[in-house]
Amino acid sequence: MTTTAPAAAKVPAALRRQRRRRNLRTLAFLSPWLIGFSVFFAYPLGATVYYSFTRYDLINPPVWVGMRNWNYVLNDYPPLWQALRNTLWLVVVMVTLRVIFGLGLGMLAIRLKRGGGLFRTLSYLPYLAPPVAATIGFAFLLNPGTGPVNHLLGNVGMPQPGWFNDPDWSKPALTLLALWGIGDLLVIFTASLLDVPREQYEAAELDGVGPWQRFRYVTWPAITPVVLFAVVTGVIQTMQYYTQAMVAGKVASGIIGNSGQSFEPGYPQGTTLTLPQLVYEEGFSTFNTGAACVISLLLFVIAMAFTFLLLRRRSGLLDDD
Amino acid sequence: MAQTVTAEAAGIAPPLAPARTPPRPRRRKRVLTWIGVHTLAVTAVLFFILPFVFLFLTSVMSNKQALTSDLWPTSWEWGNYTKVMKTPGFGTWWRNTLMYAGLGTLFTVVSSLPVAYALAKFRFRFRGVALMLVISSMMLPPQVIIIPMYIFWAKQMHLSGTLWPLIIPMAFGDAFTIFLLRQFLLTIPSEYLDAARVDGCGELRILISIVVPMIRPAIAAVALFQFFYCWNDYFGPQVYASENPGAWTLSYGLESFKGAHQVNWNLMMAATLLVMAPVILVFFFAQKAFIEGVTLTGVKG
Repeated sequence: MTTTAPAAAKVPAALRRQRRRRNLRTLAFLSPWLIGFSVFFAYPLGATVYYSFTRYDLINPPVWVGMRNWNYVLNDYPPLWQALRNTLWLVVVMVTLRVIFGLGLGMLAIRLKRGGGLFRTLSYLPYLAPPVAATIGFAFLLNPGTGPVNHLLGNVGMPQPGWFNDPDWSKPALTLLALWGIGDLLVIFTASLLDVPREQYEAAELDGVGPWQRFRYVTWPAITPVVLFAVVTGVIQTMQYYTQAMVAGKVASGIIGNSGQSFEPGYPQGTTLTLPQLVYEEGFSTFNTGAACVISLLLFVIAMAFTFLLLRRRSGLLDDD
Repeated sequence: MAQTVTAEAAGIAPPLAPARTPPRPRRRKRVLTWIGVHTLAVTAVLFFILPFVFLFLTSVMSNKQALTSDLWPTSWEWGNYTKVMKTPGFGTWWRNTLMYAGLGTLFTVVSSLPVAYALAKFRFRFRGVALMLVISSMMLPPQVIIIPMYIFWAKQMHLSGTLWPLIIPMAFGDAFTIFLLRQFLLTIPSEYLDAARVDGCGELRILISIVVPMIRPAIAAVALFQFFYCWNDYFGPQVYASENPGAWTLSYGLESFKGAHQVNWNLMMAATLLVMAPVILVFFFAQKAFIEGVTLTGVKG
């Protein structure tokens, strides 16, 4: 560093070499994901587009059929619309109820002085139950004949619905299951409610405002971003809704699990059908691969639309700090 | 001023006393609120816990009683649990699940760390684009690309009937893990890393010997998430392993208890609880890391 002049002359070449080394280093660090992204995301996505224009039964080589699969799925395939209607129902009812319930529980949790920790742990527990186990458990609890829930409802003279076996009650039963596993929302809502500045509550107290106004003008503005996050991720999760609907349908319909006996998802009467289940059904049961790829792409477009909504509203996601 | 406060606190300032103790209606209101809040809390806890209690009570009933609508077991059949564990396949499913969850978690964390580090701490041209692609692939439903993936693993790699099509991709980074680790890494001041760089420390060494010890809680959180994801995965094993019961996992095999034992709800419930138990045990030991992780996904993200 004592000889300044020669060093300054060398800078461009050295700088270039340094920059190249730095780029190579970045590339090396990113390489697992670069490979993963191309092989397990970009390539299969492109292949899905290709297969959506072919007839392919997984045995004989694919045959190009143009728009036929698209025409079939969009015009002659009623299950698609039923699945979309079910998804809309789940988005409107299940996601909304989950957000309201989670918020209510969070507000309850922060008001408990003693036993607050225990309350949170116990409320969080069901979220951890593996979805298959939880669904089978609920199929038993809500089973119309001998299940404990209907037993108790009968004891107090309430109506005993058919839950997973009744087309009108299958989605409410799934909603009940989703409310049971509210733990994830409880945690993020509790954390954000605790972040609301206390001084604002004290100021509101001094102004003598009621509980509703306190919620409306102090709590709500502070937690809106988290509520929005919960809604958008809830919608994205609902697009992927699969395991619970599939397992509940199987168990309730009495199909013997995994025994090779065919099961058409959506029991009862297609009321629990969702897009991912249609992909599985068309791809791996009826081997109508082309149609499965069309449904996959529709699912992709809807999921990405909501992702962009999330990214735009929460641009903070991409910030550095 | 300080004197007044202590006097008040000790309750020796008679003129102020009436203002300090709330008037009767207000105190009654507070008591009512207390009762209301605690009633709601107890009701909520019952809603969360009673299902577990009913599952457990049924799991120790006799075959015959499990088919009735009884709530309380007349004879406690603890043998149901040994019966379930001795069911052919159950041990294999345990082993498969542990292998899938164990290897999957290890691969995911090791391969995602350098990527997250680069996205958080390196400056390069397409960083914003890369980050957006990571977030997009995080939101991608796994079913969207399943057809070509199945064709690839089954037709080209001849690996259908195993869990490898699920484990191998985890060695190439997982979008959710990368994203979460990056969020954690942003909180580390770059001065620490610069100091190490001045000392001539390479980036890989910085990552391993400086960064990793600092973000241990974050690593614990993402490892837990990935472990739970593998443990709970139903769709993956259904697509790749359904043809071969020797490769099933607990989450996938659980359903077949209904088949193996017709509608033996008691054994079914015993098996269900046995699948839930490890996850809940892990949670109790790692509650803090887990809650921190969940909070980070939603609040600070």
